[in-house]
Amino acid sequence: MLFYGFWRTIPISLEQGLAYALVALGIVISFRILAFPDLTVDGSFALGGAVVSRLIMEGVPPIYGILMAIICGFIAGCCTGLLNTRLKINSLLAGILMMTILYSVNLRIMGRSNIQLLTVNTLLTPLENLDVNRFIPIIAFFFVLTFIVKFLTDMFFQTQIGFAMRATGDNEQMIRTLGVNTDNMTVLGLGMSNAFVAFSGALVAQDQGFSDIGMGIGMIVAGLAAIIIGETLIGKTTVSRMTLAAIVGSIIYKFIIAIGLRLGLAPTDLKMATGGMVILALGFPALKKGKEAKLHLRGV
Amino acid sequence: MIKAKGLKKTFNKGTIDEKVAIDGIDLHVSKGNFVTVIGSNGAGKTTLLNLISGTVEPDAGEIFLDGSRVTHLPEHKRAKYLGRIFQNPLTGTAASMTIEENLAMADLRGQPRGLRWGVTKARRDFYREKLKMLELGLEDRLKESVSMLSGGQRQSLTLLMATLSLPKLLLLDEHTAALDPKTAQRVMDLTDKIVRENNLTTIMVTHNMHQAIRYGNSMIMLHEGRIIFDSEGDSKRALTVEEVVRRFGADLKDETLLS
Ligand SMILES: Nc1ncnc2c1ncn2[C@@H]1O[C@H](COP(=O)(O)OP(=O)(O)OP(=O)(O)O)[C@@H](O)[C@H]1O
Ligand SMILES: [Mg+2]
Repeated sequence: MLFYGFWRTIPISLEQGLAYALVALGIVISFRILAFPDLTVDGSFALGGAVVSRLIMEGVPPIYGILMAIICGFIAGCCTGLLNTRLKINSLLAGILMMTILYSVNLRIMGRSNIQLLTVNTLLTPLENLDVNRFIPIIAFFFVLTFIVKFLTDMFFQTQIGFAMRATGDNEQMIRTLGVNTDNMTVLGLGMSNAFVAFSGALVAQDQGFSDIGMGIGMIVAGLAAIIIGETLIGKTTVSRMTLAAIVGSIIYKFIIAIGLRLGLAPTDLKMATGGMVILALGFPALKKGKEAKLHLRGV
Repeated sequence: MIKAKGLKKTFNKGTIDEKVAIDGIDLHVSKGNFVTVIGSNGAGKTTLLNLISGTVEPDAGEIFLDGSRVTHLPEHKRAKYLGRIFQNPLTGTAASMTIEENLAMADLRGQPRGLRWGVTKARRDFYREKLKMLELGLEDRLKESVSMLSGGQRQSLTLLMATLSLPKLLLLDEHTAALDPKTAQRVMDLTDKIVRENNLTTIMVTHNMHQAIRYGNSMIMLHEGRIIFDSEGDSKRALTVEEVVRRFGADLKDETLLS
């Protein structure tokens, strides 16, 4: 019985893991590459969902809705970056401020606290209408999409600007003496990060058939959990490893959650369980070696 | 090449921690000169370099680099003039990036960066040639992360990065102080070689009197934010540690200066 349930969770974990993978990929850019603890994520995820659902309801083709969601996420991330670099607001607080502001913005965009998409055509509708098991085309679609984004991200971080962005997170003083405006790099990187997150929000809204004002709550912690799981398996020595770790971690995280639910974990306790996972993962090294948990972060 | 007039800098002005770091400095280094700067802990040596590079803004005074006024220009906009090595070997390189990636970033000092590949085949060969000069075998480790290198190797790489695109002015801040004596000597010899070969205008801060006298063609001594002694040309060449100690020993209660 349990074994049967175990296998049953695989397709749903794959589907959800891949749909949420871009959140983890976005968090890799902010937390890992820029070393910037960006908490905008909870807001920008719901923003992506809000924008795409509203536009689809207005009759805009879903693909344009998604593009708009990505652009809005980018702008939201840039705003956090500007709060931090221009107004010198602490990085954690800047993210929290944007997250809070986005709550109102998202309500305005949607006009109410949730929008149903089950009866309208989304980007995924043609795939769902295919004459095969629903999971196959959907998983294939998310898989291809996620890996295209991953490879483009990897390529970006091998360019001149990509180097400058990585160095901004690694050694800000050094890259500034080489003539890079690190403030601009921070703003651009946070924009990219939240564009990915909003992209994911837009996909998830269409996948689950609704968007909701609360759909982003806890997203940052879930994304961090995914990254930590992925990095333990795959490592983080190169950018392409980090992005792969984000995707694999996201799938495994969803898998663990699905198993947990099958074993009787109450859905209401999910966020607590995820939080506990992250605390364990971040705090474990400290308990073991008597050292500080190592998470190099800037601007706090 | 660099001219500074009436530079002043006070940290934490108007608070209980007020500290006058630079107290009226005039400095002129002409093209191709190699100036050593000596002084005890807290004399203001690092702050002087920070003012020149734009890391710190002066309260008063003017700074000119290559004829243009840069007094209030942000640090990243002065980069095209300056190569810099810091006191701390960890500051000069991005540890999580590879040797060739670090060199590629230095290669673009002060230039606009775009979406072209960060490392190109042609430049990689060039980096390899340059790394051979260090004689540390780094030319075979281009794709290794800098975090794998020892302090001396990292500081040698930083030296290469700082001089790769031949800056108009090279700023060295006790760049051998954190290294063991043998490595320090190697890095210092290499510095001297690169500076001579390329005729680089250089300001080198050091804590070591012997080093200050031996290298460069002029020397200044800082004390409590002021230049209390300067010497150049023949008189600098004739200078001895004993003589400096005799004249300034009372002021410089700092044994490390003489070690
Ligand atoms: N950012 C800062 N904020 C406050 N005080 C500072 C700052 N930077 C330097 N100081 C103070 O200014 C004085 C000069 O410091 P500086 O670092 O220039 O000395 P230094 O000559 O380089 O000394 P060392 O040989 O120890 O490196 C010191 O008293 C220092 O405490
Ligand atoms: Mg110093």
